[in-house]
Amino acid sequence: MTETLLSVEDLKVHFPLASGDVVHAVDGVTFDVARGACFGIVGESGSGKSTVARALMRLEDPTEGRITLGTDEISSLSGDRLRALRHRFQMIFQDPYSSLNPRLRAGQAVREPLDLMGLDIKGGREQWVRQCFADVGLHPDSTRLFPHQFSGGQRQRLSIARALATQPSLIVCDEPVSALDVAIQAQILNLLRRIQREKFLTFVFISHDLAVVQNICTEVAVMYLGEFVERAPTGQLYAAAKHPYTWSLMAAALTPENSRRAGERFTITGEPPSPIDPPKGCRFAGRCPFATDTCVAEKPAIRDFGGGHTVACHYAGELTPPLEELAA
Amino acid sequence: MSPAEATRRSSVAPAVPARPDAPAPERPEAAPPAEARAAPPAAPPEAPADTPRPSNPAKEFVQVFLRNGTAVIGFVLLVLIAVMTFAGPAIYPVDPYTMVDLPFAEPFGPYAPLGTDYLGRDILAGIIEGGRATLTVGVTAAVLSVVIGILVGALAGYFGGWMDRSLMKVTEFFQILPALMLAMVLVTIFTASLTTITLAIGIVAWPQVARLARAEVMRIRKMDYVAAATTAGARDAYLIFRVILPGAMPPLVVAAGLAVGTAILFEAGLSFLGLGDPNTMSWGLIIGQNRNYLLDAWWTVTFPGLAIFLTVLGISLVGDGINDALNPKLRRR
Repeated sequence: MTETLLSVEDLKVHFPLASGDVVHAVDGVTFDVARGACFGIVGESGSGKSTVARALMRLEDPTEGRITLGTDEISSLSGDRLRALRHRFQMIFQDPYSSLNPRLRAGQAVREPLDLMGLDIKGGREQWVRQCFADVGLHPDSTRLFPHQFSGGQRQRLSIARALATQPSLIVCDEPVSALDVAIQAQILNLLRRIQREKFLTFVFISHDLAVVQNICTEVAVMYLGEFVERAPTGQLYAAAKHPYTWSLMAAALTPENSRRAGERFTITGEPPSPIDPPKGCRFAGRCPFATDTCVAEKPAIRDFGGGHTVACHYAGELTPPLEELAA
Repeated sequence: MSPAEATRRSSVAPAVPARPDAPAPERPEAAPPAEARAAPPAAPPEAPADTPRPSNPAKEFVQVFLRNGTAVIGFVLLVLIAVMTFAGPAIYPVDPYTMVDLPFAEPFGPYAPLGTDYLGRDILAGIIEGGRATLTVGVTAAVLSVVIGILVGALAGYFGGWMDRSLMKVTEFFQILPALMLAMVLVTIFTASLTTITLAIGIVAWPQVARLARAEVMRIRKMDYVAAATTAGARDAYLIFRVILPGAMPPLVVAAGLAVGTAILFEAGLSFLGLGDPNTMSWGLIIGQNRNYLLDAWWTVTFPGLAIFLTVLGISLVGDGINDALNPKLRRR
């Protein structure tokens, strides 16, 4: 379980604009994922978490940094050499509608990666596609249907079947359940967990929903404006989060037993600063209720609190969390 | 069989196991939710009644098209015109190049149903014979302009960057040229044969198609299913021609139809100005040769003009009908 499958070192993805400015979508992200683990990345819209996912899939070119899958550095490959490795890492997209080609029958969509990469499967590709359908809880005969004949949850199952078809070792899930109804979310999450366990897959799981991440992930990183502000094993993060931004995310998550009234809830205001010109000091300083002059002036170092818990905050461990469940 | 069934009622709570081998329970509600449709709990030998049948897009397209009254009228018009042009000489075997009556014989006369032109040639025979050249030039030139336009537009829209900028500069260069003037210059420099006219029209008519194709390709390129095909190992050519362009086809098909109409008008315009092929009968040629006698013999110009009008109208109606039939939003709610 300790073998590292995916290693990301100081990943930066910058997008130059026509005006000459540069959008710092991802600005120095480092993490390792052990084989069989599920690494969660949470953050609000625009924090760069989807860009991390797309960079891992090499749908965006990393500006700097290294991405290593097993022993292969995939961040420097391109063309046919990259294509030859693509079967080892696949992706599940957020939107089950736009991620399926409306003109391809369900079976063709799942078969496409096999055909394109020329992967031969014992027993034939057609039989394997039916097996993939069964694995995700779709009727094998539904291979003949078109995507519009499926419901949202079924389409996401189809997306999962497509990702499984090449028998990858890493699956990047970019908000795979956030476009679905809550009832369907649970089904898809359970399906993902079962598949991960049965096939010993490694997940990178992107979400804005802490409850979803808690459900499925073994380790969680909290992302803010292109950087990780806190990273810890799931249990430790939910029991002893140390970064004010993490607290605000936890307070914002609605739980059935949430008895806190709106006025008492710990909330932050405002919008994240522009990724075109990120603040020099702590990027969260402008919205942080605990911020001091130091926070505005100096960028906090990432400090290790033991057990794989790292926090990028000048006052981590000194502040009193405003959440009852953490204060105890 | 179906973990979906087993876990339907579970909440997001992390404690619920997936139970992959759990026996399929009874359906919890009388009416099964949509999620259960394609994954029936116990795989019955026949598909249940509510399983959607695999649809046939071509059949659906025809059905929607036939429900559109004006499109059907346009289609009937085009069929009549095509039959007239290609089977007409057999039904009405009159040589359009010989004198059949006095010049400017009035329509509905004994020898020429639609009258004769300034040389006493049969107008009806001319329309039947000329339709072949007009339609051939129209369709060929439209195909040419659509092929050039799609290639340029798809490459510009897909690759972006310097490729987009340079291709769009070329497109703009052609767009600012007055199209009819350019076609006239090309026809004047080279011989006025049907091939030259076709090429000239094709070369001046593609920029609009290119812009449309570029916009569609840029829109579809951002879709997740293109990213999914990329992660599935697709190369650029596969992405452009197999993944993106099929999705971009609906507006391009319509543009192609309208391009046929434009090309016919162009051909007529060139012939009208005396730049057409004088040895080949075409609708524009008949109008061009008789335009000096418009006030004395209205039929010499009116009937070929009507043929052009009805053809272009038919093409436009069919084009709109195709557009509607290919639009998924109008298809089924």
